[in-house]
Amino acid sequence: MTKSMKFSAKFGKFMFYFGNIVIGIIFVSPLIWMVSASLKPEAKIFANMDSLMTFLPTQASLANYAEVFSRLNMPLVFKNTLLYIGLILVLDLLVNSMCGYALAKFEFKGKGLILNLVIALMVLPMEAIMLPLYIEMSQLGWVNTMAALVIPFVAKCFSIYMFRQFFCDIPDDLIEAAAIDGSSPAGTFFKIVMPISKTVYATVFILDFVAHWNDFMWPFLVMTGEDKRTIQLAVQSFFGTQPVHYSAIMAALVVSAIPMIIMFIFMQKYYVEGIASSGIKG
Amino acid sequence: MAKTKKLSGRKRDERITAYAFVAPAVILLIAFLVVPMIYTVYFSGFKYQIMRPDAMKFIGLENYQKLFSDKNFWIALKNTVYFTVLVVPFQCALALGLALLVSKKFRGVSIFRTMYFSPQLTSMVVISVLWTVLYNANPNTGLINSILTSLGMDPIKFLSDADTAMNSIIFMSAWQGAGYQMMIFLAGLQGIPKDQYEAASVDGANKFKQFLYITIPGLKGTIKYVIMITMIQAMKLFTQPYIMTQGGPKNSTKTVVYYIYTQGFQKGNFGYACSIAAVFFVIVVTMSMAMKKVTAATD
Repeated sequence: MTKSMKFSAKFGKFMFYFGNIVIGIIFVSPLIWMVSASLKPEAKIFANMDSLMTFLPTQASLANYAEVFSRLNMPLVFKNTLLYIGLILVLDLLVNSMCGYALAKFEFKGKGLILNLVIALMVLPMEAIMLPLYIEMSQLGWVNTMAALVIPFVAKCFSIYMFRQFFCDIPDDLIEAAAIDGSSPAGTFFKIVMPISKTVYATVFILDFVAHWNDFMWPFLVMTGEDKRTIQLAVQSFFGTQPVHYSAIMAALVVSAIPMIIMFIFMQKYYVEGIASSGIKG
Repeated sequence: MAKTKKLSGRKRDERITAYAFVAPAVILLIAFLVVPMIYTVYFSGFKYQIMRPDAMKFIGLENYQKLFSDKNFWIALKNTVYFTVLVVPFQCALALGLALLVSKKFRGVSIFRTMYFSPQLTSMVVISVLWTVLYNANPNTGLINSILTSLGMDPIKFLSDADTAMNSIIFMSAWQGAGYQMMIFLAGLQGIPKDQYEAASVDGANKFKQFLYITIPGLKGTIKYVIMITMIQAMKLFTQPYIMTQGGPKNSTKTVVYYIYTQGFQKGNFGYACSIAAVFFVIVVTMSMAMKKVTAATD
């Protein structure tokens, strides 16, 4: 390699890093501003908008976070949100994996029909059915109860499909061997298949956790009581509540993102794989 | 003999287990997806005010006739299509660009990947509230306008001007969503064999040519999939205009889903709202089927 080639390779590498850093910083700058504003006193947020100082948390304190916690009943909001998501996820993982397993490994009348139904319903947008679904909820007396948030969203076509795809790859020999050892079909699923399928459970778990954590429209329609609010509703209503303190609003935004960030740190591998695999199989 | 008996017993066991396994999911899907879907179509044939359920009256296709001459519906449809047509190419191109920046392994690559993905770690509600503040038309309180003015440009009204409001939402939505599609593209890029690039660079093809003749064809399937999911998601636009503009200014950010919400839940015109929902459903399903056809035909 000649000297000039070496130089140009190095220069190229430098430019690549430099470009990534510049684009990366511009890309996350709104979030940096959000975090920095959440730590500043209200009077300081808009004080030096014309300099880069606006991105730095000058006079940092947690006062805004204290304001959020005193004005919004955060423990209740978190309890509401985590309880409803927790309930959905437990039922979601159980019900949809059972269905996916039956569609992958059992022979029974109506199997093809059910599989086609699951695939066809995948494209059905929630927005097209929300009006009668709301009526259904109010006739069942579920409006403003956990049931309205949980029960309609337990069965998910996409989850069933993901589980089915995964279980199809499990060798029949394994199931056959378990049966010869005297295991019942259900026992084989719960005692042998489930434990070796942790990855698909983790993937469905994180994808659905994220989807429900971000849920806005449906909770907004069915959970109108102030003490029933989920995190997104609390954030949205805080934005319009007097007195409008932008510093406190930014703090509320940050608080609402923390559980997602924790989830991402622990489940990053499954989350990214889940997103990616949907693209390859879809 | 004994063996066949045992086997058929197992077959029966299996069948019973199978029905028990599919039953909960199927019952829930029918109760909370299929039944409401049928009711959307059913209610769309009625004059049905939510406040006066007793005065429900069958009116045939009248709601649909009204819908096709409803100026506000066409505005909402036009806005939704405008949003979709612009956000899909913008967001997908941005996602592909970011994926190319972080597709190779280099020191710190995961930091950059996380940076580009980070808007996904906050919700659309959070992002909408944040950007409403950032988009403030006053350069003294709006970060983006303060940057524009310090660069010597005129401030932009962003959300408070009918000409720029939807574009502002498009820009923000693409920024928020691109990280997700970037991850799909990264997986797609991994599937392109490296020796293709090596062979091309031996033949003297520059990076741009390699991108055009190796990367793009190699990603064809991924690109189509990404376009399809982005398109379907874009058609459902509601949260951003609800929080940022309430559909304004001058209805410039009213979307179809927003209109379903306004008619059904705010004005209580339930039957009419159901006819909008039914039309919306037909549009979304037609689009996804057309996309599937295109995907299948060119593969």
